[in-house]
Amino acid sequence: MNLAPAAHGHGARPVGDAALGVYVHIPFCASRCDYCDFATWTDRGALIDDYVAACVTDVETRVRRGELVEAASVFFGGGTPSLLDAAALLRILDAIPRRADAEVTVECNPDSVDPAKLRAYRHGGVNRCSFGAQSMRPHVLAALGRTHDPAGVARALDAARDAGIERLNVDLIYGTPGETLEDWSATLDATLALGPTHVSAYALTVEPGTPLGVRVAAGCTPAPDDDDQAEKYELADDRLTAAGHHWYEISSWARPGDECRHHLLYWRQGDYLGIGCAAHGHRCGTRTWNVRRPERYVERIRAAASPVAGAEQLDPATRAEEALALALRTRSGAAVPPGADAVVTELAEAGLVRRADDRLVLTRPGRLLGTEVTVRLLAVRAAGPQPVGTR
Amino acid sequence: MDITGSRCFSLLSHVDHGKSTLADRILELCGAVDARSMREQYLDTMDLERERGITIKAQNVRLQWKDHVLHLIDTPGHVDFGYEVSRSLAACEGAVLLVDASQGIEAQTLANCYAALEADLTIVGVLNKIDLPQAEPDRRAEEIERALGLPADELLRISAKTGEGVPELLDAVVARIPPPTGDADAPLRGLLFDSLYDSYRGVISSVRVFDGTLSTGARLRYLQADAVHDAEEVGVRRPELTPVAALGPGDVGYLIAGVRDLGEARVGETVTVAARPGAPLPGYREPKPMVFCGLYPVVGDEYADLRDALEKLRLNDSSFTYDPETSGALGFGFRCGFLGLLHMEIVRERLEREYDLSLVATAPNVEYVVHRTDGSTERVDNPSAMPATNLVETVEEPYVSVSILTPTDYVGPLMDLAQSRRGEMAKLEYLAEDRVELVYALPLAEIVLDFFDVLKSRTRGYASLDYEPAGHRAADLVKVEILLNSVPVDAFSTIVHRQKATDYGRRMTARLAELIPRQLFDVPIQAAIGGRIIARETVKAKRKDVIAKCYGGDVSRKRKLLDRQKEGKRRMKQIGRVEVPQEAFVAALRLDET
Repeated sequence: MNLAPAAHGHGARPVGDAALGVYVHIPFCASRCDYCDFATWTDRGALIDDYVAACVTDVETRVRRGELVEAASVFFGGGTPSLLDAAALLRILDAIPRRADAEVTVECNPDSVDPAKLRAYRHGGVNRCSFGAQSMRPHVLAALGRTHDPAGVARALDAARDAGIERLNVDLIYGTPGETLEDWSATLDATLALGPTHVSAYALTVEPGTPLGVRVAAGCTPAPDDDDQAEKYELADDRLTAAGHHWYEISSWARPGDECRHHLLYWRQGDYLGIGCAAHGHRCGTRTWNVRRPERYVERIRAAASPVAGAEQLDPATRAEEALALALRTRSGAAVPPGADAVVTELAEAGLVRRADDRLVLTRPGRLLGTEVTVRLLAVRAAGPQPVGTR
Repeated sequence: MDITGSRCFSLLSHVDHGKSTLADRILELCGAVDARSMREQYLDTMDLERERGITIKAQNVRLQWKDHVLHLIDTPGHVDFGYEVSRSLAACEGAVLLVDASQGIEAQTLANCYAALEADLTIVGVLNKIDLPQAEPDRRAEEIERALGLPADELLRISAKTGEGVPELLDAVVARIPPPTGDADAPLRGLLFDSLYDSYRGVISSVRVFDGTLSTGARLRYLQADAVHDAEEVGVRRPELTPVAALGPGDVGYLIAGVRDLGEARVGETVTVAARPGAPLPGYREPKPMVFCGLYPVVGDEYADLRDALEKLRLNDSSFTYDPETSGALGFGFRCGFLGLLHMEIVRERLEREYDLSLVATAPNVEYVVHRTDGSTERVDNPSAMPATNLVETVEEPYVSVSILTPTDYVGPLMDLAQSRRGEMAKLEYLAEDRVELVYALPLAEIVLDFFDVLKSRTRGYASLDYEPAGHRAADLVKVEILLNSVPVDAFSTIVHRQKATDYGRRMTARLAELIPRQLFDVPIQAAIGGRIIARETVKAKRKDVIAKCYGGDVSRKRKLLDRQKEGKRRMKQIGRVEVPQEAFVAALRLDET
């Protein structure tokens, strides 16, 4: 285990100094990708200025209320945050008080960044960019409904580095209908050649209601094949590991020390604020989510009303279940649940988990079967500790 | 009233030829039911009877027609309930045989007519539905004369729907059917031809008195059950229960005698006065289940509910049997025996509907007679109880004599069908120019699954079927076992003819391979006869199921997804190391062979 100290958070940080993250949702895109089911719109350009103003107001309100003292990480996600003018994005970032060493990430579409924008980001405090490359094969990109070409990804990464942004993630998708193992191999090679510090590789997931989901449901496009995706996952893990990226979460690989601190917050049940429409926040077992549509968000903020659309208070049992499910995704693993010894032994014999001291960590086959492992462990939790002496 | 003033008769017809409608008209004409309380198909009291348009329980009613008393006894209209029909007929002197003037004679018309002749009844032939444009009364009358020997010019023509000809029919009943005979001073002999269970009053039996007097308060002996009961209440149905002091020879009515168990008041029982017993009436036999299946609750903890429901339902229907059994695959349940397939369906439907249960039924099977190599003989009604091949000398299976009536166009396809079911032709006879009766000896096992449905689909619904038991025959039968990861699964075991074993094995393994979700290891699914594998499929090990992304906005949604999976896991049946969803059992056992 060679996680960098910054990412190795179990009990490492003093209790009073819990890291707080801020997630800012930018719900605008130039076009919608065929697999996307996020809260994002392609026809709301006229709304951008009002939306940015609302985000700033929202942040200021939270600061005034004492909910946001100092952020350890800020993450602009979307949508396509890089669609905004640098000045607009930085107006929001400027409003967020943050630690000197705060990680500030912006999700970028290779199409919508240029050297000037990236330099402006850097000057404004952005120190990490995440590029949605998805594939380096044009026919795979076309099947996904993506508009950029692979050469654009290389230009974007070079420009970011030239601007002084060193921490660079590339998002990839594998298992797209029509993608061969050779296509995926080529995508991995081309990606690694760009020298990213972090790679996220996701199995294509068909969401109902998306153009891809409709095509698959109608039988026009084959559904992704689990065995094909398993093979591609293993290939990715081999290539990325060989290139010095270690996996630290099911779909995430990074150079040592370059793990995404903001994402680790999610997997460790840390606290984070959600700014913008459809953004989720979490604080001490209470989860909130904002209104989904950007117009509604702007309205609420203008009316000095709360943008929160709903909340759930997690009871201790649910919180413990979530903790297990989330922690199992990571390289640090989860604490062995009480009463689970028999199941753990079974899972270990099946080669899906290994025990490291008091923790349970997924093996590579186990990472691919993470749901099965999690459900089996959750079933133990639900049943409670086995009574002793009934026989 | 003088015994010569009364008439006891039944209505006989093929399904859908208008029996219940005619009964409704007769009730109206005789003023037994006023128009206000009249509802369609008055005598079919069960919801299921009205929905399916069939009569399951025999009913009777006492009517006044002019200066005569008519006892109308309605009979069950399905082949499964043939024994109840014959007991109902034993309570009568005559029968009205109803034939649809557009459809003509059907298989049950023949069966009913033969049964009535066997019971020595006077038959009044009636052509019904003459109001229909497609009715061909002249042609059908000729056909009836030829096939049944009822003179065409004596057939009445009516429309039960409009009421046309029904008064004339009642006059004919009085004129043609002889009055009952019997000695009022002889020892009491009463025939129970139906019993139903009422939760307040216990068993209410329908009774026909042949000799002697059945009086309220009398101490009675039930001869077959060898039990003594006091006649708490004696009465007639008008159709409401109406108490009377006594029933004499030729009377039909009801009897309540504090009987709590239907098994003590079976159809065919003879009641007599304990102090002065008469001789038993002929023809009693125990109803014998012909078709068996396992019934299991979908949810294991409903076992006790199922047991209670079976107990209660049996108070209403003593002709099905149930015994606890344990299946490695399905858990605790019951092996149940039924008179036939429809009976099985009805019982299952009533359990689910009236007792709010969700059930898995295993594939129906028949009862085999197994002769072991050590000379012993046993009856086996559950495939998993079949002894190992090397211990079996011979196996006999039940046969039935199947009578099929069909338009001539479909004779070819029906012969193919019967042939493919190991049928042996006994008779082919033209009843009319365009109507043929085919009689086959067929293994019961070959018709219990879907024979009737296939017959209907191959003849566009025009052919009809009736069958009766025809003994046992030895056959080359084998038990096909299905093994899941090398563990035999009793719920899928079956007994089939050797020639059909491979086909069954292939179909079942292929279907299970589709239904069983991928596990953490390869799961072989095999079909075997006595350890020899005859078919094999493999469910490949699952390699990936992981959720690709889980960020701040996804957590709740993903947790619900995991919760659903956890819930699904709870409903899995564990067979060896293999987890099988309950739905897979239901789907695999669904019969869709056509």
